[in-house]
Amino acid sequence: MKRSQTHAPALELRGVAKAFGQVVALRDGQLTLQPGSIHALVGENGAGKSTVVKIIAGLYRRDAGEIRLNGELVDFTSTAEAKQAGIAVIYQEPTLFPDLSVTENIFMGRQPVGTFGRIDRSRMRSEVESLFSQLGVAMDPDRTADGLSIADQQMIEIAKAVSLDAQVLIMDEPTAALSGVEVERLFAVARSLRDEGRALVFISHRFDEVFDLCDTITVMRDGSYVSTTATADTNPEKIVAEMVGREITELFPKLEAEIGAPLLEVEGLTSPGIFNDISFTVRAGEIVGLAGLVGAGRSEVARAIFGVDGYRTGTVKVDGKRVAPGKPTAAMRAGLALVPEDRRKQGLVLEESVARNTAAAILDSISKLGLITTGAENRAARPWSEQLEVKANAMTTLVGTLSGGNQQKVVLAKWLATNPKVLIIDEPTRGIDVGTKSEVHRLLSTLAQQGMGVLMISSELPEVLGMADRVVVMREGRITATIDREQATQENVMHAATHGANEETEHAA
Amino acid sequence: MSTAQVMSTEPQNGFVRGLRKLASAREASILLALAIVVLIATLRNSNFLFSPDGYRDLWLTPSLLLLVAVGQAVVLITRNVDLSVGSVLGLSAYLTGRLFIDMPGLPVIVVMLIAVVFGALLGFVNGALVAFARVPALVITLGTMYAYRGINVLWTGSDRINASDMPKEFLGLGTAQIFTIPVLTIISVVVLIAVAWWLRNTRAGRENYAIGSDPAAAELYGLPVTRRVLTAFVLSGALAGFAGVLYAARYGTINSQAGFGWELDAVGAAVIGGVAIFGGVGTVWGAAIGAFLLMTINRALPVVGVPDFWQRAVVGVLIIGAIVLDRVLSLRQHRKLIEEREVAQ
Amino acid sequence: MSAVATQTSSLRPIAEYDRPLWQRLFATREMAIIGLLVVVVIVATAIVPNFGSKITLTYLLMDMFPVLIMALPMTAIIVTGEIDLSVASVVGFASVLTGVLTQAGVPFGLTIILAIAAGLIAGFINGILVTAVGLPSLAVTIGTLALYRGLAIGLLGTTAVTDFPQFWTDLAKAKLGSSGIPASVLIFVVLAVVFILMLHFTKFGRGIYSIGLSPEAARFSGVNVERTKLVLFVLSGAVAALAGVYYTLRYGSARGDNATGMEMQVIAAVLLGGVSIFGGRGALHGVIAGVLLIGVLGSALRLANVGADVINIITGVLLILAVISSSVFAAVREKAGGRKRRLAGMPAAKPENS
Repeated sequence: MKRSQTHAPALELRGVAKAFGQVVALRDGQLTLQPGSIHALVGENGAGKSTVVKIIAGLYRRDAGEIRLNGELVDFTSTAEAKQAGIAVIYQEPTLFPDLSVTENIFMGRQPVGTFGRIDRSRMRSEVESLFSQLGVAMDPDRTADGLSIADQQMIEIAKAVSLDAQVLIMDEPTAALSGVEVERLFAVARSLRDEGRALVFISHRFDEVFDLCDTITVMRDGSYVSTTATADTNPEKIVAEMVGREITELFPKLEAEIGAPLLEVEGLTSPGIFNDISFTVRAGEIVGLAGLVGAGRSEVARAIFGVDGYRTGTVKVDGKRVAPGKPTAAMRAGLALVPEDRRKQGLVLEESVARNTAAAILDSISKLGLITTGAENRAARPWSEQLEVKANAMTTLVGTLSGGNQQKVVLAKWLATNPKVLIIDEPTRGIDVGTKSEVHRLLSTLAQQGMGVLMISSELPEVLGMADRVVVMREGRITATIDREQATQENVMHAATHGANEETEHAA
Repeated sequence: MSTAQVMSTEPQNGFVRGLRKLASAREASILLALAIVVLIATLRNSNFLFSPDGYRDLWLTPSLLLLVAVGQAVVLITRNVDLSVGSVLGLSAYLTGRLFIDMPGLPVIVVMLIAVVFGALLGFVNGALVAFARVPALVITLGTMYAYRGINVLWTGSDRINASDMPKEFLGLGTAQIFTIPVLTIISVVVLIAVAWWLRNTRAGRENYAIGSDPAAAELYGLPVTRRVLTAFVLSGALAGFAGVLYAARYGTINSQAGFGWELDAVGAAVIGGVAIFGGVGTVWGAAIGAFLLMTINRALPVVGVPDFWQRAVVGVLIIGAIVLDRVLSLRQHRKLIEEREVAQ
Repeated sequence: MSAVATQTSSLRPIAEYDRPLWQRLFATREMAIIGLLVVVVIVATAIVPNFGSKITLTYLLMDMFPVLIMALPMTAIIVTGEIDLSVASVVGFASVLTGVLTQAGVPFGLTIILAIAAGLIAGFINGILVTAVGLPSLAVTIGTLALYRGLAIGLLGTTAVTDFPQFWTDLAKAKLGSSGIPASVLIFVVLAVVFILMLHFTKFGRGIYSIGLSPEAARFSGVNVERTKLVLFVLSGAVAALAGVYYTLRYGSARGDNATGMEMQVIAAVLLGGVSIFGGRGALHGVIAGVLLIGVLGSALRLANVGADVINIITGVLLILAVISSSVFAAVREKAGGRKRRLAGMPAAKPENS
C-alpha cells in the first residue's frame, strides 16, 4: 500500500475545460485533492461535476487545462490507463457482469495466475475474502452478480478499487439509491479508506451527508470552479448560496393561479417492493411538487400512473373517471401526459427529427384516412416548436443534435400538443442550462394558470420550493409528508425525505 | 478496521449451493436425458447399443458434431454466432480429399494441419469482419455461409471424392478403436478437454464470458474485446476445419454438400447444452453433451418407430424447448434473488 | 393551440427542412441501390446475350416473386430490430401442406386458405415466443427454422407431390397480355402498396421505426411494442405461406426441401436495400431495388453460363458488403463530424448530470 511520498496533492486539476460541439460542459475545472481526505464536490445539475469525473476517469479527453497525479502531469486516453494509474470511479450505477460471480467481477482481466497461465482460484478466493473482511462486507464470493442490490454492487466496485490499490477513489452520487443502514456501511468504509491515506471524492446533493462525511467542499457552478472550503469553516446555507449564485426566490416566477376541481386523483397505489399506498390529488391550476431523494420511488409512481408500468392495487382517476392501468394509450386518452425522467432514452427518439418527435403523440389527429405524411408532421409540429422557441435549424433536424434544454422543449412540445389535463413532468430542468431552466419554469406556471394540473417531480429543493403549491414528500416508496407552500422549507422537506413518516402527515385531500 | 454492520445479503449458503446445483444441473440433466434416450432405444431394439455397429455409432456419430458444437459454444459465449461452420466443414473435407489426390506424398498429419489452418483462416475472415467492422455476426456469417458453400460447389463441380482416393491409414482413423472407443471420439474428447480447460482456467477464456455478459462493460474495463472475438471465430473455424478432416476420415465419400446444415445442429447442441444465445453463460461440456443428445435422438427415432425424416423437427423442438426453459428459469432465479435481497433488508 | 405566453412575443420561425429537396430525394442509400440496379441492368443488357429479351424479364419476375413478397414484411421486422430466419422453412412447410392437401382431394381454393392460415400460425408462434416469452428473435427463429423445415420434411419424407390442378398451375405462370410480365406481379404490386403505406404513412409504421430506434421511448409515447412485433411476425408467416403456394404451383412440385436457403436471399435483399441490421432505418423502395438487383445479377450470370454456385457466392459477398458499407459510412461520418457519437449517446455524448 503506497502512501504519497511527496507533499504534492494526490490529484490536482487546473483550468480543465471540455465542450461537446457547441455545448460547453466545463469551463474552468479546478480541484486539489489531498491524500487522506474525503473531498466533496457539489453543484447543481449542469454545474460540470460529472464532466470532471469522466475526464479524471479517462472517459473523456479534456480540451484544455492540466491534470496532475501526485505532482506529475498526466493525460489519460482511456479508462484502462486511468485505472492503471490508481484512479477508481464508483458510479451511481455500477456496471458489473451479471452472469459472472462476484469474485470474477472483481478480478476480471487480472486474475492471479500460476503455471501455464492457469488461474489460481484458491488464491483469488482468499484475496476476495480478505478484501471483504477488510471492508466489513459479508457476501458470498461465488454468487453471481445478478440480482445484487446497488449497495452491494458498490461494495464490489470498492473492493475492486482497493485490490487495484487505487489511491484516488471518486464516488458519484453513491448514496442515491441506498437505505440508511447501507449509507452507514458505505461511510464506514470510506472513512477507513481515508485513514489508509487514500484520497476520496464524494459527489452528492445531500448536505447532511456531505457535512457528516467530508472534510473539504469544492463548489462548482455553470461549468466553473467557485470555491473550496474546509467543511468546518462553512455551513449548508453558504454552500447553497455559492451553488446557486443568486437569491433563490428570484429564479422562479410563480404566477398566481386559481385552484379548481381535482383533475388527478391517485388512491392507494401500490406496487410491492417499489411503492406503497400512494395517495394524492392534483387540482386544476395546481402545481404539486413530488419531492424526495433519488431512489424514493417517485419516477416509478409517475410511470405507474401513466401506464408504462403496472401496479398491483389502487386507483388512478382523471376527472373522476378511472384510468385503466398498464396502458399509456388509456392514460393519454384520459388526458394525462408524462415528460419522463430520462429525456434521451425515454422522452425522445434521438435519431428522429424534431418534427417527428413532436408529432409522435398526436399522430391520430394528423392522419387523413389513416395516412400520415412527413409534410403533415412537419406542419403540425412547427407551431409548437416555434411557440416553445426550440432552437433548431429545421424541423427535420435530428433531435439528438440539440442541446439539453432544447431537447426538453421538444419533449414538452410533444406532450403539450396532446392538450393534456394533467401534465406529469419528471425532473423538468435536469441537465439544462440556466436560461432554458427559467423558460421551463415560466411555462409550467403559465400552464397551471391556464387550468392545467401539474405534477412535478424534482430532486432540486429550490425548484420544488419555488414552484409547488403543495409538496408531497416520498421516502423509500411511501409518502412521508404533504406540506403546503407556505409551510414548506428546505429543512422540513429534507427531513421528510430522509426520515420516516411522522404523525402530522396529512394525506392530500 | 471496523467490521461494519452488514446490511444486505449474508452468505446465502443454502441458496448458493442451490445455485451451484442449478448451474451444473443443466449438464447433469441432459446427461440424464441422454441416458434415458439410450435406455428407451435399447429396450426397443437391443442392437441400438449392443451390436458392434450400434455401439460404435453411439460414440462416433456425435464426435464430429461435438467439435463443431464446441467451437460454436465459444462463439456464442461471446454473444456472437457462427453460421458458416457447416460450409467451412464441407470446404475443409473437400480440401483434405483433394490434397490426398493431388499431392499423394504428403503425410497425413500435414494434410490435417493444412485443413485446420484453412478452417482457421476462414474463421479469421468472419472474426475480422465482426470485430473490426462492428457488424453483427449473424449477418456476416450468413453471408460467409453462403459464399463458402458456393466456393465449395464451384470447386467440386460435379465431382466427388471417394474413399478409394484417400490413403488407407487415413481412413483407418475413421474405424480404429482404443479399448472399444473409436479413435475419432477420443480425439474429439481431447480437444473438448483442452478447450474446456482454456475457457475455465485462463484469463482469456474468462474474458470471453465477460464480453458476452456485458459487452459495454467489457469495453469500459479495457478488456481486449477485439482480440477475444477474433480468437473465438478463429477457433470455431479451426474446429470446423478439423471436423472436416475427421469427416473425410469417417465417411470417405465427400461431395459438395458435406456439412450442409451442421451449423444449425451445432447451435442446437450448444443451446440444448445450456449455452445462452446471448452469451455469458454455458460450458463446452454442455455443448458436447448436447451434441451427443442430439445425434443419439436422431438415431433413436427410427428405432422407436419415428421415420428419420422427422429429425430436423426434433432438433427444432429441442432448441425452442431449451431456450424457453432457460428463459423461464433465469426469470425465476432473478426474481428469487431480488426477493431474497428485499427480505434481508 | 393554447397561447403559451413567452417573454418575447416574436415567434421565431423554424425552417421546415434542413436540406434541399433534391438532396432529400437523391442523397439516400435507397437511391444508391436504385442507381446500382439501373447500372447493372444497362451493363447486362449490353454485355450478356439475350439478357434484354422479354423472356428474361418474365423469368426474372417469376423467379423473384417469393423473395419480392417476403422482403416486404421482413423489412418491417428488421426495422424493429428483430429478424425472422424461419421464412424459407415456412415456404417449404406451406408447399408441403399444399401438396398433402391436394393429394387428399381438398379443393385447391380451400388449400390455399389453409396454407396461409398455417403460415399465420407459424408467424404467431414466432411472435409469441419473442414478445410474450421475451426470447431473442435470432434464437427463436433459428429454432423454428429447424422446426418448420423439419415438419415439412417429416410430412412428405423424400417424396414429392407433383399433381396439381392445371387451372392453378397455369394461373401461377400466366402473363399479362403480350408484355411478358407475369400476372403474379399484380399480387406483388398490391402487397407492396399495402406495405409501403403501412410502413411509411401510418401511425403503426411510425411506431415500427420508433421501436427500432428506441423501444423505451416508443413505449413512453404509447406505442404497443409487443403487439406491433407480434403483428409483423404473423404477417411474415402469412406472406411466406403465400410464397410457398406460389412456389409449388410454379414449379409444379411440393417437396420438403423447397426453398431451402431462401431466407438468405430475402435478408440479403433487405440489407442491400439500405435497411440497417440494427433497426430503425430503411425504406421499401430501396428493398425492392435490392431484390431486383439480386434477381438481375442471378439472371445475367445464368445467361452468361455462370454456375448457380457463383451466384451464391456473389449473393453472400454482396450481403457482407452491404452491411460493411453501413459501418464504413458511419466511421467516415464520425471522423468528419463527431455527430454520430453524440447521437448514439455513447460516452462522448452530452453530459446529462453534472
